[in-house]
Amino acid sequence: MLYRENGQFKTSYRADQQIFPILQDRLAIGLLLAFAAFVVPFVAPEYLFRAILIPFLIMSLAALGLNILVGYCGQISLGTGAFMAVGAYAAYNFSVRIEGMPLIASLLLGGVCATGVGVLFGIPSLRIKGLYLAVATLAAQFFVDWAFLRIKWFTNDSSSGSVSVAGLNVLGLPIETPVQKYLLCLAFLVVFGVLAKNLVRSNIGREWMAMRDMDVAAAVIGIRPVYAKLTAFAVSSFIVGVAGALWGFVHLGSWEPAAFNLNRSFDLLFMVIIGGLGSIMGSFFGAAFIIILPIVLDNLTVALGFDTALASHLTFMVFGALIVFFLIVEPHGLARLWSIGKEKLRLWPFPH
Amino acid sequence: MKLKTLATAAALSAAGLASLVTTPSAFAQAKEQFFPVLVYRTGAYAPNGVPWANGYVDYIKYVNAKGGMNGVKITYEECETGYATDKGVECYERLKGKGATVFQPLSTGITFALTEKAPNDKIPLITAGYGRSESQDGMAFKWNFPIAGTYWVAADALIQHIAKKEGGLDKLKGKKIALVYHDSPFGKEAIPPVQERAKINGFDVQLLPVTAPGVEQKATWLQIRQSKPDYVLLWGWGVMNSTAIKEAVATGYPREKMFGVWWAGAEPDVKDVGDGAKGYNAVTMQHGAEPNSKIVQDILKEVHGKGQGTGPKEEVGQVLYMRGMMSAMFAVEGVKRAQEKYGKGKVMTGEQTRWGLENLALDQKKLDTLGFAGVLRPISTSCADHMGANWARVHTWDGKKWNFTSDWLQADETILKPMVKAAAAKYVAEKKLTPRTPEDCKG
Repeated sequence: MLYRENGQFKTSYRADQQIFPILQDRLAIGLLLAFAAFVVPFVAPEYLFRAILIPFLIMSLAALGLNILVGYCGQISLGTGAFMAVGAYAAYNFSVRIEGMPLIASLLLGGVCATGVGVLFGIPSLRIKGLYLAVATLAAQFFVDWAFLRIKWFTNDSSSGSVSVAGLNVLGLPIETPVQKYLLCLAFLVVFGVLAKNLVRSNIGREWMAMRDMDVAAAVIGIRPVYAKLTAFAVSSFIVGVAGALWGFVHLGSWEPAAFNLNRSFDLLFMVIIGGLGSIMGSFFGAAFIIILPIVLDNLTVALGFDTALASHLTFMVFGALIVFFLIVEPHGLARLWSIGKEKLRLWPFPH
Repeated sequence: MKLKTLATAAALSAAGLASLVTTPSAFAQAKEQFFPVLVYRTGAYAPNGVPWANGYVDYIKYVNAKGGMNGVKITYEECETGYATDKGVECYERLKGKGATVFQPLSTGITFALTEKAPNDKIPLITAGYGRSESQDGMAFKWNFPIAGTYWVAADALIQHIAKKEGGLDKLKGKKIALVYHDSPFGKEAIPPVQERAKINGFDVQLLPVTAPGVEQKATWLQIRQSKPDYVLLWGWGVMNSTAIKEAVATGYPREKMFGVWWAGAEPDVKDVGDGAKGYNAVTMQHGAEPNSKIVQDILKEVHGKGQGTGPKEEVGQVLYMRGMMSAMFAVEGVKRAQEKYGKGKVMTGEQTRWGLENLALDQKKLDTLGFAGVLRPISTSCADHMGANWARVHTWDGKKWNFTSDWLQADETILKPMVKAAAAKYVAEKKLTPRTPEDCKG
């Protein structure tokens, strides 16, 4: 009933190629965005912004970036944390070394630097794939950790190796309060989300997917593997780098390389797998799952009166069990559940 | 998956979220002061984090058993950080909303992150014995309180102790000292004072970073075997310490020549190593293991004696337990001092507590009544000096317990003061902050 699309005929290519061809989807997304941009800033408490919404938005962006690489192009990467770190530290260097550098520009330049490093570590993907590639990208993680811990130039000679930023502003508007930070992250996520969605629908996206599904066949039909793989690495690292810069600048404010360690890479990979490989929507679901669930469980166990150590262990256990459950029951991730839900709504109330 | 299950799952998660968003607000009415407790009872650093947390919580229980702070009871809630910065930030945000009086991050990384946030929220940070060393300068860091000591004090005291063993500071010339440090902001805090001392006293420093959490040290100790430094300073935490001592045993480096920072000088660090750790030294910020002090006896009677104790009874009075207890005591005394100005028996805000911490006057008499006689030397903070005291002692593990093996050592202010000033000024300039004026101190 709700999702019946009878009568929604498309008479032009333009209408057929929209991101959301169904009216209900367009409405829902429009309402959701309006809610996020105009209602949430006025009603949500500060804790929700700082501890849940901002990390969720930034991690969604990072998961989106990783999903392009892993989900669309099939190149498994364990170096996401490293590319985030490159983005964050590069953006930091641009902002402290160049007087009057605008915030947005330094964030984007951070992404550009991450692109460079990403492509560099993507080169092995031309010769190796699968698990071997995962190990090769792991090298990026170790190398970047090492570089930011040891090379003092990157941290502007800070004696402790921890860097921090302050006085953020965009075109003179300060980015200080949680609401302002939230809106900045939301803007980034929306812009990048639309760009990514369009990229994966375009010819380059199809090349990535062909590469993922069978690289030999793709090469036979005239797709250049070098171009397809390296562009996937470039686009992915760019988005991940910007997310890293946002994580450092907007969420933490002060960070050290440990903020982007191997665990971060694993978390992001889990987000993509649980959310749904090769699905833009899935990145958001995955990020929500990984960010919010432990906090909910933490709060619930504490509210039930367990002590913190037990609560924390319990969180890990429930979390692990849920991951296994999801992978068994729905290997295509939360995004697939979402589309099943939509299918059912389309037929409701007459199931076949 | 069926639609019904999907709907149930959605409803359940919505309920979970709702329970998250609603924050209790009723408790502020009663005369209760809320203390957030950031701890780590899990993860790589748990063996050291647990005794600290037990001491902290036990002291709060003890104060409540004694009638609270001039009648104001303390409520507290623990939050598990696992030593991770982003988790610590989440804990901070969660507990801040419940009317937090003062935060003690118990991690240098979290301290760095919270230093940016505390001024906006007007909540003081106590970092007793850790955190940013330059935050001693209260004119630049209005909300940070590294009460009782910083890493720079520790490093300076250690070098002085070594010099004393050698027979004077001039004897250090030409000696070689290796600094084995945890490769994180915590470990790196040790580098500036040691290098400064090296410049002044003419010894060589060899910097040997160890990647966190610190179980992989083979290469480091190979280097030590090759270069044969005269002394090794160990800036470790958690599993890194016992690993370092085991490696020292394996490479045959004498434990008598190893000196740990105060986070590398507690029972969990040496217990596993057994006899191998005999002779290992560590600096300690004022207190050591004090199982016979009056406060420990009181806690055993009032808290553990009534079955209210946190953690095992045998650990009461151990080094890290004492540190947790002392940290809680600073927070309690800060509130009590604030009450002297803003009204006894009232609940203090973060801002009022900040004043109390800045005007802390723990003289000998006060320490005696609190039961800390012999554990601490007097501490008095001021607007310009948020540390309050710069005394340390060295203690040595004899295979069963820690014994003090040095007199009281005082850090050399003529060396550290300019460093603190310079680092604080750099921070203020980088952040484009305006430092406090003397008028601000009068308030």
